[in-house]
Amino acid sequence: MEIPYTIENRPDTGIYNAKLGIWLFLASEVMLFGGLFSAYVLLRVGAEPGTWPHGWLDVKLGAINTFVLALSAITTLLAWAACKVRQFGKFKFFHACTILLGVTFLCLHGYEYHDELTHYEVHLTNGKIADGHLLDESKDFDLAQKTGSLTLEGRMVEDSRELVDLRAPAAEAAKIQEITVPASEISQMGNYGPSHNTFTAIYFTITGLHGLHVLGGTLMILYLWGPGSRMWKTDPERFTNRIEVSGLFWHFVDLVWIFLFPVLYLT
Amino acid sequence: MSLKAFHLIFVTLLTALSFGCAAWAFQTGSLFWGVMGILAGIGVIFYGFYFLKKLKNVSYL
Repeated sequence: MEIPYTIENRPDTGIYNAKLGIWLFLASEVMLFGGLFSAYVLLRVGAEPGTWPHGWLDVKLGAINTFVLALSAITTLLAWAACKVRQFGKFKFFHACTILLGVTFLCLHGYEYHDELTHYEVHLTNGKIADGHLLDESKDFDLAQKTGSLTLEGRMVEDSRELVDLRAPAAEAAKIQEITVPASEISQMGNYGPSHNTFTAIYFTITGLHGLHVLGGTLMILYLWGPGSRMWKTDPERFTNRIEVSGLFWHFVDLVWIFLFPVLYLT
Repeated sequence: MSLKAFHLIFVTLLTALSFGCAAWAFQTGSLFWGVMGILAGIGVIFYGFYFLKKLKNVSYL
């Protein structure tokens, strides 16, 4: 049995079926990310004045990731354009670039997550707070038993409010140093993971979901670049349509990042 | 909507983001990144015209 309207447009919709399908899917995706963006806005607007973090994320890293994704959108379009003019070699080249750029994005994001997860806020028994990246932990370190020590690269503050706005002049002028803290002096500690505060929770939720979309898109493009490209020999028109559909999904993922970057990194 | 039309929307938003980032950088006192943002925005506009010319025979639907 032949699947209808994989190449020619359906008379009632004016487009081929796969394109209609991907747009219906993207409509549901808009609702998914729209809900999360709304949650972000409401959480931020509802936060107590002076409690919403600023400058916690690396703007340069975010900008590089934006550049990488923008470039991948261009290579996706060029791959589709190459299919349109029947240049299979060029298609292979541009889609290989897209895959590499997708993997680069995921690696950079993984590095950023690692940076957040090794960043600790350590509350001391004297009321002070040591905040910074974990450099070393003694072998006998055990917070429950109060044995050993840990070393952070960061700064010591009197109040947790000093850690909220890292773009404030006082925070920028703060001296970064190595701080060794004995476990016996720690009252509580935690990393900048999703459970740290509302900001990190929504940050990990939205960027994690977006990262899964990038991973899914990269795998899909990898399939079309590899085993899926055999269709080129039997049905190039249909294969070109598949590339267009995958490109639409990839562009949506890129578009979400274009909104995410200023919202999370610049505000 | 074809990939061509979606790419046009993408390029438009990327241009807005580039100039927006430039404004943000100028506001935070970073002249270098502000200029880079403007140059990126101009680059994206030129790319937009290039791709429209390249795909002039492809439908928006």
